[in-house]
Amino acid sequence: MNLAYRDIRHNLFRFLLTCIGLGLLLGVVLAMIGIYRGLVVDALTIARAPAVDLWVVEANTRGPFAEASRIPGDIREAIARIAGVASAGSITYQTVETEHRGGKLRLYVIGYEPTRPGGPPEISEGRAIARSHYEMVADRSSGLVLGDRIGLGRNVFSVVGLTRHQVNSGGDPAVYITLRDAQKLQFDLAPPAARVQLARGTGGASRDTVNAVVARLQPNSSPDAVAETVRQWKHLAAITQEAQELILTRSLVDRARRQIGLFTSLLLVVSAVIIALIIYTMTMEKLRQIATLKLIGAPDRTIIGMIVQQAMALGLIGFAIGATLIVVIKDYFPRRVVLEPDNVIVLGLIVFTVCLVSSGLGVRAALRVDPATALGG
Amino acid sequence: MATAVSSTPLVRVDRISKHFGEGETRVDALREVSIDVYPGQVVALLGPSGSGKTTLLNVIGCILDPSSGSMELDGEVVIENGRWLRSNLRQLRLDKIGFIFQFHNLIPFLDATDNVALVLQLAGADAAPARRRAVELLDYLEVGHRKSAMPAKLSGGEAQRVAIARALANRPRIILADEPTAALDSKRAGIVMDLLRKVAVEQEAAIIAVTHDEKIFDRFDHIFSLRDGRLDSEHDTSRAA
Ligand SMILES: Nc1ncnc2c1ncn2[C@@H]1O[C@H](COP(=O)(O)OP(=O)(O)OP(=O)(O)O)[C@@H](O)[C@H]1O
Ligand SMILES: [Mg+2]
Repeated sequence: MNLAYRDIRHNLFRFLLTCIGLGLLLGVVLAMIGIYRGLVVDALTIARAPAVDLWVVEANTRGPFAEASRIPGDIREAIARIAGVASAGSITYQTVETEHRGGKLRLYVIGYEPTRPGGPPEISEGRAIARSHYEMVADRSSGLVLGDRIGLGRNVFSVVGLTRHQVNSGGDPAVYITLRDAQKLQFDLAPPAARVQLARGTGGASRDTVNAVVARLQPNSSPDAVAETVRQWKHLAAITQEAQELILTRSLVDRARRQIGLFTSLLLVVSAVIIALIIYTMTMEKLRQIATLKLIGAPDRTIIGMIVQQAMALGLIGFAIGATLIVVIKDYFPRRVVLEPDNVIVLGLIVFTVCLVSSGLGVRAALRVDPATALGG
Repeated sequence: MATAVSSTPLVRVDRISKHFGEGETRVDALREVSIDVYPGQVVALLGPSGSGKTTLLNVIGCILDPSSGSMELDGEVVIENGRWLRSNLRQLRLDKIGFIFQFHNLIPFLDATDNVALVLQLAGADAAPARRRAVELLDYLEVGHRKSAMPAKLSGGEAQRVAIARALANRPRIILADEPTAALDSKRAGIVMDLLRKVAVEQEAAIIAVTHDEKIFDRFDHIFSLRDGRLDSEHDTSRAA
């Protein structure tokens, strides 16, 4: 007969309650890990969306995300002509706050050239932008739906397509409009004085300004080599996709990432201590029964088996509850919660190890108990 | 041969001493106690509180190291000059010794049948035959009707009889009982003593019981009185004689 199971069955309600408590705790740990991963994934999303190999930005900047970058729009043609470049596109990025259905809506507006790199990666509903003006592809997280009309600057855009999970590193939902519309929007929203200068064509600024030019390379050409060529234009800098992703994770969300990372580690330690405490207490409560078992001749492995199996059952059920909980509620979080199987497996292994170690403590106490204590009153 | 077997004690305690602590705090719980108990005998350990009865029982039950002396159980020398000659004492207990506690100490999460079946399974029996024999034993002890009850639901007398069934399950030749009847009324106490007697006779077992219970003194073949850790007197009440 399995003593671990029989004991659990006898105190089933209490055991389940403990499992649920542990499950909630592990759910929080998983959520934290998911939020942490979500932050990193979100930060990379916008940089990965255009699926390019090279970012051409203003000289001496790490743009367009970590630092502001402004370059002339006609650079794109020059970039496209460099050997090894397959295609290039101009992009603008700006954060715009607007009104929608009586509420404020913060959007990360991406302007791109519909026939060139820089557009939304995948349209989950509706279609891509087909007309050169006033159409928009919006991310679902903005709350916009197909057919919505929304004012940006002086124009009204209609939502023709929807994407999923396209947000910037601050969590603002992305919307895509044509480069021309975006440049008009930048002009409309610029301070009046700058606008006058721009309209006159004075002050060295032109209306054809973009934040970055992105380039896709031919399969066998090296991003570093092309970047080197681009850098020969003194007013430009070139950042490979790899370097761009590094900038995003290392500098842009670094503090937030470390903050959440540290909190997650703390939470892990707290959970480990709580698991150890629960299992140790579970064993200590049974010391008298364990003494009786020893007295009637039960070998150590029977006693160890009982303790270890209960610890494992607790860990397993608690973990299953926590994981299920998080899978069910993760889409209700305001920002993305990303749970990769490897994170779940690692947490599972940690829980398993903690259970094993703390049942070791219990086992130690159990093996030390004197069978004679079963006899005493 | 038959007389030779029965004249060999099942339990031979030879000048066993046991002290706890040293110096100022030293307590001599047992001082050179020697007793022999033969198959079929039901003997009592008697004495005032603190006289060493439980200590002696624990040494015989192989759960306490003596300070000096020797002991033989069922013909095997297990302690020589205060040292164990056996390393696996738990196996020895499982094979040879049954315990009956003052507080029955049933495993609370197993029902009556499984409390008994557990020791059979620990000794290597399969689940089904173990449960069958457990139910037989419970019937034998007249608690068969409570076989599926959890210990918390048993009365004191019922629980004690389940505990006795557990002590008897592996047919141990030595049964140790610390105040087995203390929690029972005199009628139930009498029934338990009759049972122990029956087991002693039918299984050729030696039964050693600590008791304060004067009502049942006449049920013992032999009474060993302890005082301050010393054997004070031996009193043969054997009805067979
Ligand atoms: N583990 C121990 N450590 C120290 N002293 C002990 C220990 N166990 C027993 N003693 C002492 O040894 C002496 C004998 O104790 P024991 O328990 O054998 O008495 P007893 O005859 O069973 O008494 P009672 O009738 O009260 O159960 C007592 O003085 C007791 O205090
Ligand atoms: Mg005692």
